[in-house]
Amino acid sequence: MTDGALASALRALPEYLGYHVLLSAAALALGMLLSLPLALSASRSPRLRWPLLSFVSLVQTIPGLALMALFYPILLALSLASVSLIGRGFSALGFLPALLALTLYSMLPMVRNIVTGFANLDPALIEAAHGVGSAGARRLWRVGGPWFAPAAGAGRRAAAVWVIGTATLATPVGQTSLGNYIFSGLQTENWVWVLFGCAISAILALIVDQLLALIESGIARRRKPRILAGGAALLIGVLAAAFTVLMPASRPGYVVGAKHFTAPSVLAALIGQRIEAAGLASTLRSGLGWAGVLSSFLTGHPDSLMDYSGTIWANVMRRTDNPPREAMLREMAEWLKREHDIVLVGPLGFENAYALAMRGDRAETLGIRSIADLAAHAPSLSIGSDYEFFARPEWRSLRDGYGLRFGRRREFQSTFMYRALADGDVDVISAFSSDGRIEADRLIVLDDPQQRIPPYDAILLISPRRAQDKALLSALESLVGAIPVRRMRQANFMVDRPREAVSPAAAARWLDSQSSSSPRENRIDD
Amino acid sequence: MSAGPAREAAAIALEDVSKRYGQTAHYAVRSIDLAIAHGSFVAMVGSSGSGKTTLLKCINRLIEPDHGAILVEGQPVSDRPAHELRRHIGYVFQGIGLFPHLSVAENIGVTPDLLGWPRPEIASRVAELLELVELPADYGARMPDALSGGQRQRIGIARALAARPGILLMDEPFGALDPITRETLGNACRHLHETLGLTTVMVTHDIFEAVLLADRIVVLRQGRIVADGTPHELLVDPPDEEVRDLMAMPLRQAGRVQALLNGAPAAVPS
Repeated sequence: MTDGALASALRALPEYLGYHVLLSAAALALGMLLSLPLALSASRSPRLRWPLLSFVSLVQTIPGLALMALFYPILLALSLASVSLIGRGFSALGFLPALLALTLYSMLPMVRNIVTGFANLDPALIEAAHGVGSAGARRLWRVGGPWFAPAAGAGRRAAAVWVIGTATLATPVGQTSLGNYIFSGLQTENWVWVLFGCAISAILALIVDQLLALIESGIARRRKPRILAGGAALLIGVLAAAFTVLMPASRPGYVVGAKHFTAPSVLAALIGQRIEAAGLASTLRSGLGWAGVLSSFLTGHPDSLMDYSGTIWANVMRRTDNPPREAMLREMAEWLKREHDIVLVGPLGFENAYALAMRGDRAETLGIRSIADLAAHAPSLSIGSDYEFFARPEWRSLRDGYGLRFGRRREFQSTFMYRALADGDVDVISAFSSDGRIEADRLIVLDDPQQRIPPYDAILLISPRRAQDKALLSALESLVGAIPVRRMRQANFMVDRPREAVSPAAAARWLDSQSSSSPRENRIDD
Repeated sequence: MSAGPAREAAAIALEDVSKRYGQTAHYAVRSIDLAIAHGSFVAMVGSSGSGKTTLLKCINRLIEPDHGAILVEGQPVSDRPAHELRRHIGYVFQGIGLFPHLSVAENIGVTPDLLGWPRPEIASRVAELLELVELPADYGARMPDALSGGQRQRIGIARALAARPGILLMDEPFGALDPITRETLGNACRHLHETLGLTTVMVTHDIFEAVLLADRIVVLRQGRIVADGTPHELLVDPPDEEVRDLMAMPLRQAGRVQALLNGAPAAVPS
């Protein structure tokens, strides 16, 4: 069942590469379509030149991931507006934000090179062009066109290399790309995958760069065969990518969404397997990040996903009270149905709450067992967390309730956060209670006597679009209460462990074999 | 210079033309009146900054005058778009001005192309012009940087004549060439002027060239016309000392060459 890392990477290649090529090609094509007329008009109008160049330069200073992320709220608002206007929305995650961000990204080198290419035109040539009777766009093309072709070509190549590299950042906004290797690999410490993703992306960039250079030299030296060969190679690449990626989509499957963390990826795979066991088709839409998962329901995709009750309670329902688990779930189910027609199938059986964890030996030395004990030592300790924790209501609630004041706060990608704790760089971390590394690293989860952290039951949700879908509901109902926390930790650890790590799909198959043999085991809480 | 009939009959007429660059008090050309008859070959001479190139460029609107009227074939040049006007006036550039990324044939064919001539017609016109400027037909496929300076300017002239203009403007066309090429090309140009029945205006600072090629010389100084007549008239009866010196230079040099031939020592006369 254990996949060789390279073998599994190769198996995912057609899909990841296909999406990567399509995304990059679409962004470059769109970028070119926008850049050429904009740059040409800016070349003729100094009043337009400054704002245009400033804008494309400004875009370039925004980190790629942030630029994609910024499109999410904009597109979500547009999509919700379109839902209320024409009754149909579109997905604010995935292809669209990635495409728009990459398009903007591609524009700087293209616009700047064309504009400077024109600025460097020999004035005598411009006069000659005037003198022979050229006018307007024809003059620009006749004299300028071939003249700036090398500059524009260099801009195009720079844009291509940037876009192909930056497209790996489309993964966190839910667009499959070669970035899936990198982000999954980082998450699971699968360095073969990380390297593989980087290498393929670099090779792709080099190939495209060389093909564009071939076309360019064909234009400069007026060799039609070169232009045709380069163009044909690029076209074939894009068509092959489109064929690879769009063909599987022809099967009408249920789309299962997952956040880009271990447990959600394993569970998404498990949900997919259950759907397929019921004789239905399913597609995984991995890499949905942040709190955007529920919002993505409202715009149509995906069909089913898992989330945590605490997230919905605090972030979506904006509740600050902390009722008992059963009451909370009941109220949440009613609220989701009433407000959004979302079906809460039920809890999966384990909880994955934020929890403060310490190394067992360290906690013992300091005599810390609960967060209340921790508060006294906090000023001399440092806490590490993921990027999300300090912005969440749970943290504010803990901080204010226990009077927590840490000496130092640091944020990590979650894998490195565990490493930092093991190495003694930080003393306390914000762990997830179902994380496999808690047992593996001999960590202690601190008690929360004031019950400041709301329950974080893993719950199964079905989108409004599929709310009446009996087949889907019955396929998923079998998962309710089927996964105790210990099993989930083991499954997580199978994926996260540094040696002999397996794919989320393999862990899901293992989980499935376990849960069917001993259904409805009671939840175990820490 | 009388208006009325001259204005009607002239191929080119300039009336009270003035041009200043920027807000300076200095005029590049000031209150110029000039009528150029059909079929004449006019040389505009003067030192740098005398305004001769400015005046030439006003004719095809590469420069717009601040004041005055310019008529080509009796029609004010401002009546139609500048690029349309230019397509019907041949222009040979100082420093040649060929497009380096276009082949010789494409350079020659650029104006017919802009005028929308059909391709076969452009091709046969290009062949015709290569013959006219005495270049082999296979030069059409070459790029400009593969040609000598003289050959390039032949292409420049061919390009200017491509759309069969009645008027040919030349801005120091032979300035960058060696003396022998200059003479050959000058003669070729004069020949074309006659066989094609052109009206030619040439700007030059080489008085030799002006005397030998033109049938009318206009001398400019500080933006004004200071002399205007046939080479013979200006040689025999210059209006002032400076024009006399200017016109005397070719004669003086010819005299020294003659003296050398007669066996005099090759010393500079004191």
